Amino acid sequence: TKKELPEHFKAYKHVWVFVEQERGQVHPVSWELMGAGRILADKLGVELAAVVVGAEGETVRNAVAESFCYGADLAYVCADPALADYRNEAYTAAMTNLVNTYKPEILLLGATTLGRDLAGAVATTLLTGLTADSTELDVDADGSLAATRPTFGGSLLCTIYTLNYRPQMATVRPRVMPMPDRVEKPLGKVIELPLGLAEADIVTKVLNFIPDRESSKSNLAYADVVVAGGMGLGSPENFQLVRQLAQAIGAEYGCSRPLVQKGWVTSDRQIGQTGKTIRPRLYIAAGISGAIQHRVGVEGADLIVAINTDKNAPIFDFAHVGIVTDAIRFLPALTEAFRKRLSAHSRDKLAS
Amino acid sequence: MHIVVCIKQVPDSAQIRVHPVTNTIMRQGVPTIINPYDLFALEEAMRLRDKFGGEVTVLTMGPPSAEDSLRKALTFGANRAVLLTDRFFAGSDTLATSFALATAIKKISDTWGAPDLVFTGKQTIDGDTAQVGPGIAKRLGLMQITYAAKVTEYDAAEGSVTIERRAEGGTQVLKSKLPCLVAMLEGTNEIRRGTMADALRGARAEIIKWNAKEAGVEDLSKCGLKGSPTIVKRVFAPSPRAEKAKFIEIPEGGSLPDALIAEIFTRQPALEADLTELARGF
Ligand SMILES: Cc1cc2nc3c(=O)[nH]c(=O)nc-3n(C[C@H](O)[C@H](O)[C@H](O)COP(=O)(O)OP(=O)(O)OC[C@H]3O[C@@H](n4cnc5c(N)ncnc54)[C@H](O)[C@@H]3O)c2cc1C
Ligand SMILES: Cc1cc2nc3c(=O)[nH]c(=O)nc-3n(C[C@H](O)[C@H](O)[C@H](O)COP(=O)(O)OP(=O)(O)OC[C@H]3O[C@@H](n4cnc5c(N)ncnc54)[C@H](O)[C@@H]3O)c2cc1C
Repeated sequence: TKKELPEHFKAYKHVWVFVEQERGQVHPVSWELMGAGRILADKLGVELAAVVVGAEGETVRNAVAESFCYGADLAYVCADPALADYRNEAYTAAMTNLVNTYKPEILLLGATTLGRDLAGAVATTLLTGLTADSTELDVDADGSLAATRPTFGGSLLCTIYTLNYRPQMATVRPRVMPMPDRVEKPLGKVIELPLGLAEADIVTKVLNFIPDRESSKSNLAYADVVVAGGMGLGSPENFQLVRQLAQAIGAEYGCSRPLVQKGWVTSDRQIGQTGKTIRPRLYIAAGISGAIQHRVGVEGADLIVAINTDKNAPIFDFAHVGIVTDAIRFLPALTEAFRKRLSAHSRDKLAS
Repeated sequence: MHIVVCIKQVPDSAQIRVHPVTNTIMRQGVPTIINPYDLFALEEAMRLRDKFGGEVTVLTMGPPSAEDSLRKALTFGANRAVLLTDRFFAGSDTLATSFALATAIKKISDTWGAPDLVFTGKQTIDGDTAQVGPGIAKRLGLMQITYAAKVTEYDAAEGSVTIERRAEGGTQVLKSKLPCLVAMLEGTNEIRRGTMADALRGARAEIIKWNAKEAGVEDLSKCGLKGSPTIVKRVFAPSPRAEKAKFIEIPEGGSLPDALIAEIFTRQPALEADLTELARGF
C-alpha cells in the first residue's frame, strides 16, 4: 500500500540521530547509531544530523563536538537548565519542537530506558510510526526506511516501513550496531533552538538520583571478553566456576535467562533478547543450549566458543568453536590453563 | 481512588513454533496468558487500592477470547473488566493501539469516574515495543513514568505521586502530578493468588464488552491497519551460519584446555596480549 507521500511531508529531509547524554556522559549507543545513520544518509544523498538535548554547559558542548568526530554533518541543539535531568515532558517538548521546525525524514534513538521512554512519547505526539528494537536499518530504492527486527523472540525477522508519515522513527538497542571509528574533526554547523518551557511549566520534579553502586555496575554490554553459564551448570555453586574463569582473564560474566529466574544470578547479567546484547571479541558459553532468544543477543561476537555435553545442542549451529564435554569439570581446568599461559606472557614481557 | 490497568493477552511464547516451510507462526493450540509484565502492574495497582480504597478496572483490547485474561485478572482481585473488541481494531500498531485504549479509558472515566492512575506493564513478550504506555499517556495528556520500580508515595489531597524509576546508571526519584501513567518494571512484586471470593466472582462476573463505537471511537480511520503508520512488509527466517562449529578434541599428548586456548589465539591473535594486560589487573 505505497501511496504518494502527502504533500506536507515532502519537505522532510535528512537523517537525525538523538545523542543521549546524562550526567556528563554520552551513551555509546548514540555513536553506534551515528555509524548506522551515516550509511543511510549516504545512500539517500542527504545530511546526517546529531540532536543534542540537555543543560547548557560542558556536557552538551562535548556531546556536540564528539558528534562531528563520529560522522555528523551538523548538530541541532536544545539546551536549557530545565533539561539537566531527563524528564519526559521537557525532552518530548524539545524533540517535537525540533522535528516540527527542521523536519527530518528519519529519526533514530537508542532503545535504552531513556530512549524508549522518549521515542514512544515523541512518535505519538507527532502521530508517526516507530519501529522498536531494530537490528538492521536500510533504505529502499525509493528512499523509504526499512527497519528489520526480530519477532517472537527472534525465531523470525520482519521488515517494517513507515511509508506515508514523517519522520520515520526507529529505536536500536545498544551493541546491535557496530561502533564506528572516531575521527578527529572540527566543529561543524550547529543550529540551536530554545526549549520554550520554563521550569515552572514542568510538572514532574526530580527529587533524587541514586547511582548504582559501583560494585553492582556491570560493563557486560561493552566488554571485550564475556564468559557465561547456563542451566547445564546445575547449581549456583557451580556458577562460581564461570565467575572464576571470567576473573582470571579479566572478562565480564553473564548467564542465560533461567538462572536469573531461579535467582542464581542478578538480572543485569542476563544475555539475550530480553537481557543484554553483547558484541565481545570472545564469548565463552558453558552449559547454554543456544535458544533463539539467547542467540540474538550474542551473534555480534567475533568469536563464540561453546562448551556443552550434547553435541547436537543448537548452540553449535552458531558457535565458531565447540567443545563437547562436561563444563563443570572443564571450566576449572580451562581457568588454570589460561592463568598459566597469561602469566607466562607477563613474565616474558617483564623480562624483555 | 480509581486505577485502570491495561493488560494484554499474549501467546505463551515459550511454546510458539514456526512452520518450517511457510515461515508462519503456528498459533494453533498455543496457550495464551496474561502478558507476564502486566501482572506486576496489576499487583501494584491492587496494593494501592487496598491501602487507599477504591477500584481497579482492567482493560484489554483483543479478540473475544481475550475475555479469559480479564476473568483471570478478576480472580486475582480486580474489581471490573472491560474488553475492547472489534474487527476494526485488527492489525493495530502501537499508535493505533494507544488510540483505541486511550479512547476506552475516556469512556471508563465517564462511566465510573476519572482514574487517578493508569498502569501498564513495561512491555509485552510478543510485540515487545514498550511503546503503548507512552502512547496512552500522550493521547490522554497524562504524566508519564516508565520503568517504575516502586510507588513510594501517593497523596490524593495534593494530587501527587512519588515513584522510583529505573534509569541508565541508577534510580531516579520522581514526583509527579495525578493523573499519571505508570509503566511497571518486572520483578517489583508478586501477583497475589486472590481470595476464594475473588475466584467465585471472577468466574461469574460479567465482562463489559465494547466495540469501537460503544467505546466512543468516532473516527474509525484511526483504528486498526488504517490507523497504523507502520507496515510490516516482509517476514523471513534468519539465515543460518554457513559453517557449523569446529569441534576441538583432545590432541595426542596434549590437553583440551590448551588446545582450546591455542585455537582461540590463532583465530584472535591480538587477544593474547590484551588478555595478558587485563588479567594482570586482577
Ligand atoms: C519471551 C522470551 C524471552 C527470552 N529471553 C531470553 C534471554 O534474553 N536470554 C536467554 O538466555 N534466554 C531467554 N529466553 C529463554 C530461552 O528460550 C531458553 O529457555 C534459555 O535460553 C535456556 O537456557 P539454558 O541454555 O541455560 O538452559 P537449557 O536450555 O536447559 O540448556 C542447558 C544446556 O546445558 C547442557 N548441559 C547439561 N549439563 C551440562 C554439563 N555438565 N556441561 C555442559 N553442558 C551441559 C545441555 O546439553 C543443554 O544444552 C527467553 C524465552 C522467552 C519465551
Ligand atoms: C512481532 C511484532 C513486532 C511488532 N513491531 C512493532 C513495531 O516495531 N512498531 C509498532 O508500532 N508496532 C509493532 N507491532 C504491533 C504491536 O505489537 C501492537 O500494536 C500491539 O497491539 C501493542 O504493542 P506491544 O505488544 O509492543 O505492546 P507494548 O508497548 O510492549 O506494551 C506495553 C504495555 O501496554 C499495554 N498494552 C499493550 N497492548 C495492549 C492491549 N492490546 N490491550 C491492553 N493493554 C495493552 C500493556 O500493559 C503492556 O504491558 C509489532 C507486533 C508484533 C507481533
